[in-house]
Amino acid sequence: MKEHLLKYVLRLGDDSLILGQRLAEWCGHGPILEEDIALTNISLDLIGQATSLLNYAGELEGKGRSGDDFAFLRIEKEYVNCLLVEQVNGHFGDTMLRQFFFDAFRKILFESLQFSSDKQLAAIAEKSLKETKYHLKHSSEWVIRLGDGTEESHLKMQESLNTLWRYTDELFFEDEVDRYLTENKVIPDLVNLKGVWKENVDHILQLAKLEIPTNNWQFEGGRVGRHSEHMGFLLAELQYMQRTYPNMEW
Amino acid sequence: MVSAKQIYDSLETVKDPEVPVLSILDLGIVRDVKQLENQGWEITITPTYSGCPAMRVIEEDIKANLLLIGINNVHVVSVLSPAWTTDWLSENGRKKLKEYGIAPPVNELDKSVLFGVPTPVPCPLCDTINTKMISQFGSTACKAHYQCQECLEPFDYFKCLK
Repeated sequence: MKEHLLKYVLRLGDDSLILGQRLAEWCGHGPILEEDIALTNISLDLIGQATSLLNYAGELEGKGRSGDDFAFLRIEKEYVNCLLVEQVNGHFGDTMLRQFFFDAFRKILFESLQFSSDKQLAAIAEKSLKETKYHLKHSSEWVIRLGDGTEESHLKMQESLNTLWRYTDELFFEDEVDRYLTENKVIPDLVNLKGVWKENVDHILQLAKLEIPTNNWQFEGGRVGRHSEHMGFLLAELQYMQRTYPNMEW
Repeated sequence: MVSAKQIYDSLETVKDPEVPVLSILDLGIVRDVKQLENQGWEITITPTYSGCPAMRVIEEDIKANLLLIGINNVHVVSVLSPAWTTDWLSENGRKKLKEYGIAPPVNELDKSVLFGVPTPVPCPLCDTINTKMISQFGSTACKAHYQCQECLEPFDYFKCLK
């Protein structure tokens, strides 16, 4: 049980960590000041969630590793985030669409996880859900505004959708870890969750006048440590301080 | 012998570093105070937001302020559940926020409702409800950014978290 739970908590924690890092790259580069602040606020929430999750992973593992050790001192193939969160920021619309897919997933996931039979996971979900609702409202509104905006913004958003859609199936990736935890009421059934997600996402994309691509090729691999070419560059920046000045703290 | 009342009086002097008019008691983040068998004290706190960068400072301030009344055996424990809500902000805290120029939280609709008519937030200076949201995300995780349409004052709104 513990081994499966550890793997699952790492997957959740890595999703938060890596997307938090991606959003932090917007700091000082937002299209307007308010959005610069919004993106870094969301990043901070995600890093906070990652801290809770990765600290918990350390407890579950029981070998004295801290959340920071997990965040900064693993090699690429030991990270188990989904591929969606490591995709490059692109333009503001790319970032918002990536965020929207993720927030829509996280909201319904946390709504279930807050009733998990695992008390600590439930507590983290209950806390994170409140923040995620704000994130989802923000990203949904931007997807609609840009999708149903000018001719150019619409075109760009449709291109983003064609690219990013291919990373959405992996949000519902399932292996023996998930199946075991679902059977034991630790996590919700991902098949049900996918149905709800798809319905919610369809609704917003319709309002945004965007069309889901018919070519349904989907990428996966992140959950088992097989990442896209972007991951190495992201980690180089994320881990720079700890690798250069081992054990530094402030 | 130190009483729990003295502990609470001391905690009243610990301020939120990002909103220094509020004590941690006003903010509602102190969940429990109890004496341990070894005569030490355990203070249980909860974060407002997962990534709140003030938590570590608050923990240190609690220890430093208790040391001033001669208590050096203090454990600060952080818990996530039940998750903090702005309902735990004290009446006094709401009053202090307004005087400081930050609009206190008003009961809002569910955050997941898109494009609903936003709940009016009164301007902390002139009290009109003719105000406009500039951004849902403000200078800290717990605030949104607003502007008054009457006196034109830009102001922070301590956003509702439920």
